[in-house]
Amino acid sequence: MHLYELPLIFVLIGLVFYVVLAGADFGAGFWLLFAGRGPAAARVRDHAHESMAPVWEANHVWLIFVLTVTWTAYPSAFGSIASTLSIPLFIAAIGIILRGAAYALRAGAASAREQRSTDAVFAVSSILTPFALGTMVGAIAARRVPVGNAAGHLFSSWTGATSILVGVLAVATAAYLAAVFLAADAARARDSDLIASFRTRALAAGVLAGGIALAGIAVLHADDQPLYHRLLHSDALAALVISILAGALTLELVRRRHFERARYTAALAVAAVVAGWALAQNPILLRGLTVRQAAAPHDTLVVVIVAVLAGAVILFPSLALLFRLVLRGQLDHGEQDLSPSPPAIGTLLSASAPGLLARAAAACLLAGFGFLTLAEAGWAHAIGVLALLGFIVCGFLADVPSQLEKISREDPATRS
Amino acid sequence: MQALSFSVHIPLVCFGIAFPAMILFVEWLYLRSGDQLYRTLARRWTRVMAALFAIGVITGTILSFEMGLLWPAFTSTFGSVFGLGFAIEGFSFFLEAIFIGIYIYGWDRLSPKAHFLSGIPIAIAGVLGSLMVISVNAWMNHPSGFRLHDGKALDVHPLTALFANSFLWPELVHMYIAGYIVTGFLLAGAYAIGRLRGRWTRYERTALAIPLTIAALASPVQILIGDWAARDVATAQPIKLAAIEGLAKTTKGASEHLLGWYTQGQVKYGIAIPKMLSLLAFHNPDAVVKGLDTVPVDRQPPVNVVRVSFQLMVGIGTLLALLGVIYLFVRIRRKRLPESVWFYRALALAGPASVMALIAGWVTTEVGRQPWVVYKVMLTNEAVTGAGGIPVGYVTLLLVYAGVGIGVVWILRRLARMPMDPPASVSGGSGRASEQPSPVL
Repeated sequence: MHLYELPLIFVLIGLVFYVVLAGADFGAGFWLLFAGRGPAAARVRDHAHESMAPVWEANHVWLIFVLTVTWTAYPSAFGSIASTLSIPLFIAAIGIILRGAAYALRAGAASAREQRSTDAVFAVSSILTPFALGTMVGAIAARRVPVGNAAGHLFSSWTGATSILVGVLAVATAAYLAAVFLAADAARARDSDLIASFRTRALAAGVLAGGIALAGIAVLHADDQPLYHRLLHSDALAALVISILAGALTLELVRRRHFERARYTAALAVAAVVAGWALAQNPILLRGLTVRQAAAPHDTLVVVIVAVLAGAVILFPSLALLFRLVLRGQLDHGEQDLSPSPPAIGTLLSASAPGLLARAAAACLLAGFGFLTLAEAGWAHAIGVLALLGFIVCGFLADVPSQLEKISREDPATRS
Repeated sequence: MQALSFSVHIPLVCFGIAFPAMILFVEWLYLRSGDQLYRTLARRWTRVMAALFAIGVITGTILSFEMGLLWPAFTSTFGSVFGLGFAIEGFSFFLEAIFIGIYIYGWDRLSPKAHFLSGIPIAIAGVLGSLMVISVNAWMNHPSGFRLHDGKALDVHPLTALFANSFLWPELVHMYIAGYIVTGFLLAGAYAIGRLRGRWTRYERTALAIPLTIAALASPVQILIGDWAARDVATAQPIKLAAIEGLAKTTKGASEHLLGWYTQGQVKYGIAIPKMLSLLAFHNPDAVVKGLDTVPVDRQPPVNVVRVSFQLMVGIGTLLALLGVIYLFVRIRRKRLPESVWFYRALALAGPASVMALIAGWVTTEVGRQPWVVYKVMLTNEAVTGAGGIPVGYVTLLLVYAGVGIGVVWILRRLARMPMDPPASVSGGSGRASEQPSPVL
């Protein structure tokens, strides 16, 4: 393990999280399209939406994490990938915009017709985005992305059989993950109809995804001999075997209705595929560029690693909190009315001498003007800025509470 | 194209900076007083925040895509220098997303105190994130912390590059206060329109007073901060200042022009104030101000774009400050909200105007730096992608954004029209049955 490989590990971990978590969100969009018609379908749609609502944004940010760490730690690789593969990247971008917009808009959709149209946009973009991102991974794996600003072919670099294969596989995997997760959510809500429908979907999608993956090996044999050999004659093989075993285990768990455990084995299967890809690539990042050559200078790497680790210390507990709340169902609808006894009606801010605060605000404004505008030194400017911020805070506290109290006195009709 | 995405993203950033703090203040009022009205207000604002944040996530993702799509050479040369800022920004974005999830879905499900606490990281992450992005921009304006050799960045010290930068602080404070002004005026403007249409209960008054007071206090301060930032520009980026002022030749005791149009080396139809520019920029009426002629023509930014947007920003900013001062004056002298219809009409306009000023300000700093993407280090056309098809992408993106924009307006109107849950529930004493959140938000 070298220093220059460490950020890549982070990127891959981020990618696994993105594929598993956001992949499941994409898949939920996929199932919107194949929900069928009628009231049962409406319930499937609502279930798909509600399950991902609290976690959707957090899941999505993994992609931003992957991108930023890549361009900080491997700037030249990022530039080459983004310019050669600009078309699929752009498609993915459009897909993400439409998806998010449709998602936000669904909140305001009142009629069933409006809801159907936002759902349709949502579903189509949910399929397009993982497909486009998958073709990019395929292009990188097949080494069709050379180093340089748009050095590779704009189309043929990502329209090879390998790229298309990975794109399709990405969509199928997403659908599979989503079905497993949604079945588990339905099991938590003890909704037997939904359990049954998502169990069927999970089994079907699982068989399909597995089938595509196996057929893919044949495609690779025909399209890209080197990649085929790298996959089957290195450590990557072990990862693939783990993936196949985990995938088969998931199917069995789903069949036996152990949905919670199936969540984790399904995630493992996906993670193993990503690991297999990474092992098959190692140590080459792009055509003509090793990981070592692509890495940023030493200082940057150190700072990135420290920043990522420090961030992880804050991030993972928060994330754990969110998922614990979600998985325990505390954020579901209609359960657990924790809504507490309203706190004792106290006075609205012990009207803390508004006169004094107002004077303090005036003093801060004067000091701010003096230090920031008239003085020249850096330290004086710092004091000036603090004084001006103090002016805003003091002024706000001096004015607002008394004003609110007055408003509530003037208009007792609506006072509760 | 990035400029387009950026101008869509940036007003959302303002909400990210200022809105959580305001919501938390209202929720805190509720916790202190137990008055259901504040709870309603905080909940309704939370829904708006949720919708805006969802759009903010998307535009933010697109911006990071565009770093690669449009500026691969910029990223691949300097990613190691400035990328750290974005990496940390990614984390704070993450935290924001996590806690927004908890906060939005936690109403009714967490204890009030825990819920209030879960809101605090949102506010902190919003500030941290903007700090990081602005540190990158400040670095682009005033690059340091590396050595360029054969087109490769060597001796990279990302921490020095990003945070030991004299440009960072004015830019950050300027943007941060702008965030409060934009959010404050937009929110207050929405309720001002309500008043003009005759909705003026205690709810509207409260919802107007809180953001308006913040904006009214912040907008005069912004003038002082802006002046500070401008003095920094005067020393570090004289050409930008020259473009802002339309100063063709290096001049001693330069005069300041208000309005007007720059053509053939001078400002036409403007009002000149002798020696004012030297006084403002260097605190000395006879100071020498560098003109555009200090660099060759192909190293000069497009003067009128920079000049007009700067004047727009300052003009609107001054009017907003005036509005703020009028408001504060009425508050202090009469101890009540202003009653003139004209005040509320002006307030309704103040929101969109503040967004315009914000965008104009970014145009000033970004176009004013042209033709450099990294000031005096990398030209913009060296940074741009070699892939073709940018116009196609541009038009597509424009259409998509127009669609998203219409959608956002539509959903905000929907949210505004949603029935108000509380008064009924409050009198009923239960306060729960009617507080079911809408399916998604």
